[in-house]
Formats: sequence, structure tokens, C-alpha cells
Amino acid sequence: MVAEQGTPKRLHFDFVGAVLWLVRILAILAVVIGAFVSLTSGRLSAAAWLNFIVIGIGQGAIYALIALGYTMVYGVLGFINFAHGEVFMSGAMVGAFAANSLAQAGMWNSSPILSILIVLLIAMATSTLVALLLERVAYRRLRNAPRLIPLITSIGASFFIQYAFLGLFGAQTRTYPALSILDGFISVAGLNIRYADIMVIGAAVVMMVGLYTFVERTKAGRALRAVAEDKEIAALMGVNVNRVIVLTFAVGGAMAGAAALLFGVVFRTVFFFSGFLFGIKAFTAAVLGGIGNIVGAMLGGLTLGIFESVGPSLVLTGLGIPSAHQLKDVVAFLALVLVLIFKPTGLLGERLSEERA
Amino acid sequence: MAQTTKTPTAAPPGDLPPTRQNFVDLVKAAEWGLVGGATATFVSAIGMVPDFDGRTLIDPFLTLGYLVLFLVPFAFGYMAARPLPTLEGQEPVRVGPKNVLAGAIAGTVTGLVLFVPTLVAVNFNLRSVFVNLSPAMADTLTLGQSLGVGLLLLVVLCLVAGAMGAGVNVIPARWRVPVMTGLLWVLTVGLLEDLATQLLRGLNLDALVGVFFAPGGGLKPAGAIIVFVLVFSLQLVFQRRPPGLKARYQALDQSERRRWTIILIAATAVIVYLIPIVLGGFMSEILDLVGIYLLMALGLNIVIGFAGLLDLGYVAFFAVGAYMTAVLTSPGSPALTPELTFWAALPFVVLAAALSGVLVGTPVLRMRGDYLAIVTLGFGEIARILFLSDWFDPVFGGAQGITQIPSPSIGPFEINTPPQFFYPIIVMVFVAAYISWALANSRIGRAWNAIREDEPIAEALGVNIVTAKLSAFVVGAALASFAGALFASKIGAVFPNSFSIIVSIIVLVIIIVGGMGNLAGVAVGALVIVGLPQLLREFDEYRFLLYGALLIFMMLAKPEGIIPSRRRVAELHQEEMSQDAWLTAEPESELDEARTTPATAKD
Repeated sequence: MVAEQGTPKRLHFDFVGAVLWLVRILAILAVVIGAFVSLTSGRLSAAAWLNFIVIGIGQGAIYALIALGYTMVYGVLGFINFAHGEVFMSGAMVGAFAANSLAQAGMWNSSPILSILIVLLIAMATSTLVALLLERVAYRRLRNAPRLIPLITSIGASFFIQYAFLGLFGAQTRTYPALSILDGFISVAGLNIRYADIMVIGAAVVMMVGLYTFVERTKAGRALRAVAEDKEIAALMGVNVNRVIVLTFAVGGAMAGAAALLFGVVFRTVFFFSGFLFGIKAFTAAVLGGIGNIVGAMLGGLTLGIFESVGPSLVLTGLGIPSAHQLKDVVAFLALVLVLIFKPTGLLGERLSEERA
Repeated sequence: MAQTTKTPTAAPPGDLPPTRQNFVDLVKAAEWGLVGGATATFVSAIGMVPDFDGRTLIDPFLTLGYLVLFLVPFAFGYMAARPLPTLEGQEPVRVGPKNVLAGAIAGTVTGLVLFVPTLVAVNFNLRSVFVNLSPAMADTLTLGQSLGVGLLLLVVLCLVAGAMGAGVNVIPARWRVPVMTGLLWVLTVGLLEDLATQLLRGLNLDALVGVFFAPGGGLKPAGAIIVFVLVFSLQLVFQRRPPGLKARYQALDQSERRRWTIILIAATAVIVYLIPIVLGGFMSEILDLVGIYLLMALGLNIVIGFAGLLDLGYVAFFAVGAYMTAVLTSPGSPALTPELTFWAALPFVVLAAALSGVLVGTPVLRMRGDYLAIVTLGFGEIARILFLSDWFDPVFGGAQGITQIPSPSIGPFEINTPPQFFYPIIVMVFVAAYISWALANSRIGRAWNAIREDEPIAEALGVNIVTAKLSAFVVGAALASFAGALFASKIGAVFPNSFSIIVSIIVLVIIIVGGMGNLAGVAVGALVIVGLPQLLREFDEYRFLLYGALLIFMMLAKPEGIIPSRRRVAELHQEEMSQDAWLTAEPESELDEARTTPATAKD
């Protein structure tokens, strides 16, 4: 009765809404049915699934470190720095040369911790330098341009850096020397956790805690948050906006450099195109966690890593799709599409106002 | 004194440096020289200079490699010697020898910086890291002389190039355009030697080839001078704008206008008919490729240029077109072998592409610009991976793709050589251009404009966002599927790796360089972006590097493209106009002007 008295809702078929609901239902159905079939078939043991998750967390930690760069630039400047994947690649590439020359000098396996630290510094410095050059040459003049212009610029920058590295260092794949202390694993409750994964996760946690403390506890971090909130008012309050933007790129680049070292030590190969896919996935992670949100980037990276590692064999094989591992990247892209369609603010993006989302 | 002053443009009005005439900052010039040196080092270290050395432009003097190398000090010399901008209400700045000095300083510094890669390449072997830092590169940089003489020569030449670049600022405006156009034409003719000789031969003017071009490649000096003088004098004579042909055409009355239209169309048809015959097989092959990309660019122009939806997964529609054609026509496709003819399959291909347009378009409708870009990029990659996967192997053939796609035929004539393929492609291009033109001036075209400029306001004014955006996706997808169908039947096979993200990026570069929203711009863009690298094989290795650099450069310097549409200029420079107004001396009147300019441009 009461409901009828309210303004009658105009009957109007919402085509987009209907399609989106259909997609929602199909996605949920696919996941549920696929997971159910996979789990009940008993194809893999519980420990195997847990192993998938651990591997996923290791991979996700690297995504998370790269995602920080996307999320910080997005938070401060409001555009997607498409070339950030190449910032990561540049660190990994130059790190490979450093690691190889250390290996030639015999240091790589005799004092592994020291050489990892040296390569880490070199990779971070390279990535930071590339990020700062990008900011200075390409983005600085576009701060007030319409939003798509810096995005297109960054696509151009992405290809420019890729092919500049191809020209400078050649097309061949560069390999990191093997690190003997990372061979082997520890067994916890039937789970085999590789040393490499432990190192990656540990290093990523240290970096992220450091970054979080920097942003939340220091004066520079407060300035950064102020600029992300409102550039003009921050400037009026005496914050040097320009310096903060440069700092943002520098920190994002340094994190990408750290990720590059971890990537290099674990995956051991890098070539000029390595950054592209990793970059898009890290961006997916940033969106998944809620872009502009630093904790979100960490969470998003881990979630995406687990999705990617578990998804194909859990959902796709369950649905009877052959060679599901080929579709690992499809899972990541689908995750991006679905998150952007249904929750563009991401897992932790509630602070984002409507116009920015 | 003058050297230490900060960049004068940044100084607020009223605080101008006292010596406005001939103010040249020499320290700044040296800084430009350093940046130029870094650029030239980069260009050499990626291998461009030695690689391009093989192509001679002007017979004994200039190769493409040295052109690229010395273009750097030239450009930075020009930058270093730029006079102050002329401000409202003040005398134009006089330029003089000091500007040339600045250019020379920038050039010299550039040359000095180039010592670093040369000496490194000579003294150390870093080729396991920097693959192109080779003795060959050092040899090119030292112009084939011994190290000392070569380095000296290098600096002197860089100095001259810098001074010449600076000279562009100094020569009076009346002469500047003819001189620059003349030089540009000489270089272009030298660069496009193959095309020029082919054209001359096709027109039965073989005798002229020997007059202009040296037997070993490149223009003869005499030929270069002829080209320069010809272009220079033509420019000088026609310096005033050409008579308003368009206005005169529009002033004609109905029947006369119709007659001229028919004549124009007939003339175009004859020229189009002659093009592949004159150009021969190799050039036609290139033109076919240009045409296929142009078709895609026209489609993407509707999606990005008209409706403002940055679609980075456009290659997916191209792939759908190609794969649908393959599946429907090829006897070698694994499943579904109706083996239709090309023309019978075409409606189904377009239908499939339109459906995929709706499929991709619907979920992204409510997304904001930059998210839309990334999601469509994701869709593009998903499409490629699915075409490649074992999952769809029974239909699309996985990595082996689908072969044996038959050529289309018209009546008894089978179309299978590149010159023959030119005709269906060019017809499709004209159809696509007509569709674009008609849509741009229609109700839906105005709806697209409104959405691009301000979506919420457009919606508030009653524009149906869903229909408008979806129709942009559908039309764009249909045009891309035409391109895909032609591509598949031309190559005779489809492979998933032909449809990578790079295709989307090339099409994006075409419309950005040419000018978004402008059909002529898109055509020029396709010729330059796709045609040039095919003609200049040396560029092949560096084309993506250049595409990236072009994207950055265009966005920084001229986001509206080389042949912009007027509306775009107004949209993109609104901010600048008001900023310029703020900087100038008389804020009142200028601000008014800035406010009214965009409005008038939108009429």
C-alpha cells in the first residue's frame, strides 16, 4: 500500500543494466561451477592448492610493488602512467648486467647478500632515473591537459622506452645468474615453500611497511597526501607541489626497481618487452585494490597473484577448458574488466570520490 | 649579466629584462647543447646513425645517417637561438648575430658531448651490454677519418649545423618559408628516391631519372639544386594563400555545381585507376597496406575522434573480421566450412563485428575515459589469446591459424595481385570516408561531439548516451572488420600473432599524428605512418621507437594533429588560451578574447 503511494518508478528497460547483470550472474556461475567441479573431482590435493596460493602470493608481492607506482602517480596526478611497466623493465634489465658482472667477479655466490644489495641499489637507481626522466620530459608540461592526453603520452613513452632498450641493449633475453642460496625449500605442514618465495614476500613486506611509514608518518609523506587531496590548497599551505610530484615519481620508480630485482632473482630472464604485460597486470592490481590507495595496491597485488595462480586450474579446468594455463593472462584481464565494471573503486577504494572513480 | 638572468618568459609582466632587443642567453644555449649531446649520443648508441648511413640522400655529401645525426645540433641550435616571444604592445624582438652565436655554442657543445660515445667505442669493448656501441659507430661519427681529425671535423660540422639551425630564426620571415620548404623537398625527394624513380618510369620519363639521381642512389647535387630552386621559386610566387577554390565551388549555382562534382568524381576515378598501373607491384603492395590501415584508422577515428572513446583494443575487431572471413571462406578452416565467396561472407563478417562491438561496448559504457582505454586494451589481448588458445583450436586453428583463404573475384576476374587488390581497398576506403563524413554531419555525429566534449551535460540535454556510444563502437567495429576481411583475403591466411596490441597502437598513432576527427588528416597520417617505413626499409627496426617518440611529441606540441579539425583545436587549447591571456600585458581585453574564441570556433 505504502509502496504504491510513492512516486511510481517509470518502467524503462535499462539495456546496459540488464547486460551488466547478465555478466555478473555468468561470472559468478562460472566461478562457482568451475570451482565446485575442480574441488570435488579431487584432481589436486589440498597441499597442492595451498602451494598454488603460496606461489601466487610470491608473484603478487612483485605485482604489489609495481602497483605502488601506478597508484601513487594516479593519486597525485590523476592519470594512468602507462609507461610504469617499462620503468620496472629498465631496472630489471640494468640489474641483469650488474648481476652478471658481479657473477663474473665471483661475488654473486660467495657473498650473495651483499651482491643482492648492490644490484638492488643499481636497479632502484635505474628505475628511479627513468621515472624522473619520464616526468621531466613527457609529463611535466601536461599537468593541466585533458585527461586522455597524458595517457596517450604515456603509451607513447612506453613504446619509446621499450624500443630504446631494444636499440641500446639488443633483442636477446638477458639472464640473471643463478643464486645458490635460494635453491631449496622449507616444508611446513606438508607445504613446500621455496626460499625464493620467502625472500620475495619478506622483501616486499619490508618495502611496503617502509613506504607506509614514509607516507603516514613523515613530513614529506604528509605533503604527498596533501597534494593528492588537493593540489591548489596544498600549494596555498606552503607545500612545494612540484617537488612532491617529483618525489612521487621517484618513490614509485624506486619501488618498481625493487620489484625488478626480485623479479630478476626469481624469474631470472628479462627482455625489452618484459615490462609491458607485467605493467598491465600491476595496474590491474592497483585497480583491484582501489587506485590511489597504497594499502589497496598491496592487497590488490596479492589478490591478483593468487587469482592468476589458482584461477586457471580451479575455474577454467573445472569448466572443461583444455590447456587452462594458456589462459592465465586472460584471467588477469578478466579480473580487471570485472572489477572495473562492478566495483571501479576497488577493494579499498571507498575514499575515492565519484568524479575521480 | 644577461647570461645569468632566468628564462625571460617565466618573468611576470612588467618585470621584463631591460635589453629586450637581441636578448640571448648563452649559458642556456650551452644547456641546450648538453641536452642535444645526450640526444645525439642516444641516437648513435641505438645504432641509428650507422644503420642509416647506407642510404644516400645527396650523392657524395649526405646520407640519411648523417642527416639524423646533424639534425640534432640543428634542432637544438634552433631552440637555443629562439628570440623572445613578441608580447602584446611591444616592438617585435630584433634578431642578429648573437642568436647565431647561441646556436653555434649549442652545436659545439653537442659535438663535444659526442666525443664520449666515440671514445668509449674506440677504447672499450662494451658490446655485450650496449650492442650498438661498436667501432663501426665510432667510424661513422668520425666521418671515416683518423680519430683526431674525425673528432675535430665532427665538432666543426655540429657547430655549423647549430649555427644553421639558429639561422632559421634570423632569416626574415618572408624568406624563411620558401627556404625551409625547398630544403624539406630536397630531403624528401632524396629520401623517397624509389618512389620518385618509379613514378618517373611509370610516366615514361626515364630520361629524367638520370638527370636527378645518381646511379649508386641519392640525388645528384645538380638534381638537388633543381628541386630546391623549383620549390623555392614556386613558394615565393604562391606565398599568398591559394585562391579560395572551395569558396568558388560553393558559390556556383546548382546545375553548375553538379556538373563540376561529376567532373571531379570522374577525374578522381581516372587517377585512382591509374595509380597502381603507374606505381607497379611493389609500390601497390605498400599502398594496399596503407589502405587497410587507413580503413581501420577511419573506423577508430569515429570511436576516438568523433565520440572520444579511447579504444586501445581496436585490433580485436580487425581480428574478428579477418577470422570470420577465414572461417567462412577458406576450405582449410578446421570447423564450419560453408566456403562462401568473399562477397557472400562479407555481410556475416560485418554482422559478427557489429555484434562484437556491442559486446565490448556495453560493459564499458559507464566507464571513464582512461579506465575505458585499459579495459579495451584488455579485451584486445583477451581476443588474441583466445584465437591462439587450444580451447578454440577446433574453430580458429590455434597458432597455425587458417590458410587457403580464397581471393575475392568480381565476375570472372579474380583479384589476387597487389595492383588488383588496390581497387577493392580504395573503394572500401572511399565508402568508409563517405560514411564518416555523412555521420559527422548527422544527428548522431552531433551527439558524439556533445558526449566527447561533456558527457553529463550531453546527457542532461537529452542525448541518448547508450545508443550514441554503442553506435560509435558498432560503426568502428564494422569498418575494422572490412579491413580485416580484405587483409585476410589478401594475405590468404590468418595467424593470431598478426593481431597484437601493436596494431591498435599503430592505428592510434595514425589518427593522432594526422589529426583526430579530420578525414584528410587520417589519410595523411596513414601514408606517413604506414607507408614511409615500408618505403624506407632502414626504418623498420626503429619504427616503434619513432612511433613512441611521435606520440609523445604530438601530445606535447600539437595534440590536435598535423591537419587538425577546428573543433579539436578549440577543445584542446582552451586552457592555454586563457593562460596566454593571463600572461599578456593587457589582461582585460585578452581575457574576453580567450573566452569568446572557443565559443566562436564551435559554431
